[in-house]
Amino acid sequence: MSSLKVNGKEQELVDELSLSGLIKLNKVAQPEMVSIQLNGNFVIRENYDSTLLKEGDEIDFLYFMGGGSQ
Amino acid sequence: MNQLTDNNIIKNTGKNDTIKNGLTVNAKMDFTEEQIQRYSRHILLQDVGVEGQEKILNGKVLIIGAGGLGAPIAFYLAAAGVGTIGIIDGDVVDLSNLQRQIIHFTADVNKPKVISAKEKINQLNPDVKVITYQKLLNAENALEIISDYDFIVDGTDNFPVKFLINDACVIAGKPFSHGGILRFEGQTLTYVPGTACYRCLFHSPPPPNAVPTCSQAGVLGAIAGMLGTIQATEVLKYLTGVGDLLTNRLLTFNAKTMDFRTIKVKPNETCPVCGNHPTVTGLVDYEQAVCDIKSHKVSVG
Repeated sequence: MSSLKVNGKEQELVDELSLSGLIKLNKVAQPEMVSIQLNGNFVIRENYDSTLLKEGDEIDFLYFMGGGSQ
Repeated sequence: MNQLTDNNIIKNTGKNDTIKNGLTVNAKMDFTEEQIQRYSRHILLQDVGVEGQEKILNGKVLIIGAGGLGAPIAFYLAAAGVGTIGIIDGDVVDLSNLQRQIIHFTADVNKPKVISAKEKINQLNPDVKVITYQKLLNAENALEIISDYDFIVDGTDNFPVKFLINDACVIAGKPFSHGGILRFEGQTLTYVPGTACYRCLFHSPPPPNAVPTCSQAGVLGAIAGMLGTIQATEVLKYLTGVGDLLTNRLLTFNAKTMDFRTIKVKPNETCPVCGNHPTVTGLVDYEQAVCDIKSHKVSVG
């Protein structure tokens, strides 16, 4: 089984999976604003569609977390 | 000989003061007997000692935000004896704050938060010099305000000012702790010049209302304590030089599962403020929607 590591956890790699596809597959919160690090490098948003994942890739999703704003 | 109590006899023996329980303090650090007692649990730590405690006593730390994060940060830094604590917040205490902003009490409702915070800090530790700024940090005042401090702590509750703090600290070369909480989660990163800054991870602020705030989504009160105390610990590590700071690391936790995760990051070449071709060279007040950014202004300093 081909696998990725997503947020530190193993996940099966399906064929022709882009970062955009992974976002949808994993039902990522804040999909328009999530920051993505792939193998230790940040990917710019414009490249999410075109970046195809391969065996052993490690992906971290980083989310905005702000606070109270009372 | 100064005799305080049977259990805490301090002898002046020239260069060395000795507390009865065996703690030896080198008197040339000029500690009072009360300080030796108050900070004895720090002084006992091999990694801290009197030298470390002296660094803490000489430290100047600015806490931006006297709310959920600012409260535990202020308490622990005051307890540690940080010599000068600046606190900036333009708000007054609201009843809904009391669920997590533990430096404010019921009787403080409607009082300016910085006043409420200063009162409690000085009750805890009268030796801490507290400088209050009853205003909001903005592009006009940020560089001047942070210039007086060794370390800046982000305890704020909105993204425009988080980006402002990041940009100001990067431009001024000031180390700072970034922190944010929501629902049951928290995350924090420490910046020192040359390491990943907040914009290396998050290029620019989200559109207003795109990310829920605690007042919209809620937050478990104790989460503020969890994260704020981590930030206070980073401050004390910075001041004393102990351990490894959370630089080039984003620590995130989910309190529901008590999973703590550290994501390794590094300075981003495309970062708009610290990258190879910076586009942010001055401070901006991101008060409005992204498409309405005011023209970049360079603040005094």
